[in-house]
Amino acid sequence: MRTTLKLIVLLLGFFFISCGGKENPKEEKASVKLKKDKVEVKKTTDTKVLASATVDLKNKGVGPISSVDIPDTIDNTMATHGADVFNKMCTACHKVGKKFIGPPPNGITERRTPEWIMNMILDPEGMTRNDPLAKALLIEFNGSPMANQNLSEEDARAVLEYFRTLK
Amino acid sequence: MKHILTRFFGITFAVLLITGCNNSNSQSNGALGSSAAEKVYVAPGEQDDFYAFLSGGYSGNLTVYGLPSGRMFKEIPVFSQFPTSGYGYSEETKPLLNTSFGFVPWDDLHHPDISQTNGELDGRWIFVNGNNTPRIARIDLSTFETSEIIEVPNCAGNHSSSYVTENTEYVVAGTRFAVPVPQRDMSIKDKKGNFKGALTFYKVDPETGRMSLAFQVLMPGFDYDKAHPGRGNSHGWFFFTTYNTEEANTLLEVNASQNDKDFIAAVNWKKIEEFVANGGGTKMPTSYMHNVYDEETHTATSTTINEVLTVDPADVAGAIYFLPTPKSPHGCDVDPSGEYIVGSGKLSADVTVHSFTKMMDAIENEKFSADAYGIPVLDFEAINAGSVKSGGLGPLHTEFDANGNAYTTFFISSEVVKWKLGTWEVLDRKPTFYSVGHLMIPGGNSRKPFGKYVVAMNKITKDRYLPTGPELEHSAQLYDISGEKMELLSDFPTHGEPHYAAGCPAELLAPKSTKIYKLEENKHKYVTPTPGDARVERNGNEVHVYMAMIRSHFTPDNIEGIKVGDKVFFHITNHEQDFDVPHGFAMIGANNSEVLIMPGQTKTLTWEPKRVGVWPFYCTDFCSALHQEMQGYIRVSPSNSNIELSWSLGE
Repeated sequence: MRTTLKLIVLLLGFFFISCGGKENPKEEKASVKLKKDKVEVKKTTDTKVLASATVDLKNKGVGPISSVDIPDTIDNTMATHGADVFNKMCTACHKVGKKFIGPPPNGITERRTPEWIMNMILDPEGMTRNDPLAKALLIEFNGSPMANQNLSEEDARAVLEYFRTLK
Repeated sequence: MKHILTRFFGITFAVLLITGCNNSNSQSNGALGSSAAEKVYVAPGEQDDFYAFLSGGYSGNLTVYGLPSGRMFKEIPVFSQFPTSGYGYSEETKPLLNTSFGFVPWDDLHHPDISQTNGELDGRWIFVNGNNTPRIARIDLSTFETSEIIEVPNCAGNHSSSYVTENTEYVVAGTRFAVPVPQRDMSIKDKKGNFKGALTFYKVDPETGRMSLAFQVLMPGFDYDKAHPGRGNSHGWFFFTTYNTEEANTLLEVNASQNDKDFIAAVNWKKIEEFVANGGGTKMPTSYMHNVYDEETHTATSTTINEVLTVDPADVAGAIYFLPTPKSPHGCDVDPSGEYIVGSGKLSADVTVHSFTKMMDAIENEKFSADAYGIPVLDFEAINAGSVKSGGLGPLHTEFDANGNAYTTFFISSEVVKWKLGTWEVLDRKPTFYSVGHLMIPGGNSRKPFGKYVVAMNKITKDRYLPTGPELEHSAQLYDISGEKMELLSDFPTHGEPHYAAGCPAELLAPKSTKIYKLEENKHKYVTPTPGDARVERNGNEVHVYMAMIRSHFTPDNIEGIKVGDKVFFHITNHEQDFDVPHGFAMIGANNSEVLIMPGQTKTLTWEPKRVGVWPFYCTDFCSALHQEMQGYIRVSPSNSNIELSWSLGE
């Protein structure tokens, strides 16, 4: 009985000490942490290539598209249709030649596989969940999710053809 | 000896078990029994088996529930303004609430009825009636939105209404309160013989569902209370209960209950349809509104119609008969075969059942006992199929299962009574809590009921839920009716005051439910088809803002050049094309509401800025991790300012 009482007193005492002594170091810690964070962020940007600049011509992404045939020459009719779809459905967030809510589409075909691009258009939610590069993009772009604009596979393919015309 | 003993003990044990079970059943009013709990439990992520559409009564709206869980999924705004979505506030939906009395943004919604094909639910539309400002509305069951509202001229208390014929040829609207037709300045005391009860038939376009007033039968000035269509052999007839055949104009509580029997009016609409098609009927000047919502323009329009085709029953021989029915009948329900017409005399203990076959025989052999304003009254004994002597009090409404059983609510004795069609034998009764009005079995008003559950909708709640001050939501009770005896499974609260309800299997509606509106099909007059089309235009003091929205910004989000005294129309197009990504729009100082805009849809909110300053607007629907960032500013300058109109995003 006595030992339990002692234990309780001890425990309570410990609580008081830990609570009372906390306030000052807390502020210090927070400021130290902030500095640390800043240093860390700098380090990563210095050493790591941005997700939007990463070149990965093997990753096909995760989604409905497993393979696309890309002929050497650009299908101009398809690309024109793709430009039309892009202007209607995508320009709320993507602008040619300029970073906006999301990255510009210029040069994307040199950095990603056609399958990855189409999967990102057709199932952005699934890609953000399951593809590491897509996940990194979400973080790079401020947590702004890419919207699923419910394009048909045909329209997504046309948008891809349009992207091939953008340097 | 041993055998006998074992048997004896065995039997005793079995009896104990059975009685034990019975006892626990009769005590488990609160669905505490594990089996009842399992029956209503829909595990997280799983879906209900049935949709139930409960009228909201004085809320003016329709609520959608899942059965067996009793979870509410949606409140569909119909006759009432609804700030949750901006219904009745947005420029596009305001016309839906126009009437010949002006803009009437509320009503008393009573009787939902799902469209039918060959007497079976087809799940295309659901029709509902506004009781106070007589109107019929059609709700599309793919979008779950109000598509159309049409007024009922010459009607007052639109109560025996919004029931459809078995191929949705017509939806009917009967008047509960007789009125002068046409309306005129006259002494109320002169009511008797001078008022009319209009029964209105709206033709429903089989492709679009659009309603048009086909004809209106001007019946004697009784109160037409409830209705149901004939089906099977009785297809082509419609049945309406009447009360106050005394035609009292005051203290109806006493004066309308003097006659021992009132009538069920049997109306052969096919005969009247033919009469009208051959040029019959009289055109009468009137004024009523027809409001139609166009899904492609996302906009409703109102049209005034100035004429109605009326039919005097005396002009169509053999089209209308009265079936005498005791004690101010309320419910008028037709069984799945179409043979039995059930009239529930609300001041009686018994339920009266008429036979359609006998009715036709009585008509053929002219077994009439009287006539009322020239309409033959059939001999009661000649048409009566039987009556259900249940010992309950105050029968109101009856629904049916697929096995030849009927379920009638008793308001005064607070119970649902199950009885057998044909033998009129009472099979079971269960208490309700309390004072039940309508009940609903999915498909229970069709040729093909899905008799798994019955929902009893009660008028009084009292102690069923935690008290919430003097005002309580009405309670509903769910019973399992798949066995011989009904089993009370659960209570759930309902919104407004549910009168009738309609239900159907989930698979009839769920697969075709609209997920998004296609942006490319948006034909709204003020659509912003691409963010590049976003702009602000001034026309005098009217300013039109063509705005686009997507996760998580508005285009434009900075606007200058608005002045005090302007009338600003925000035409906002949601550019999302993904299921369940609506965005909201709220403007500080807006005197109407916010609006909630579905993917691919355009809605317009009007704002009249009154104060100089920089005023924010924002998205009200948490749409992404950056939802809090989905906002913008409008600079409002004095009315005499020269600030040019300008708009931008990200500049």
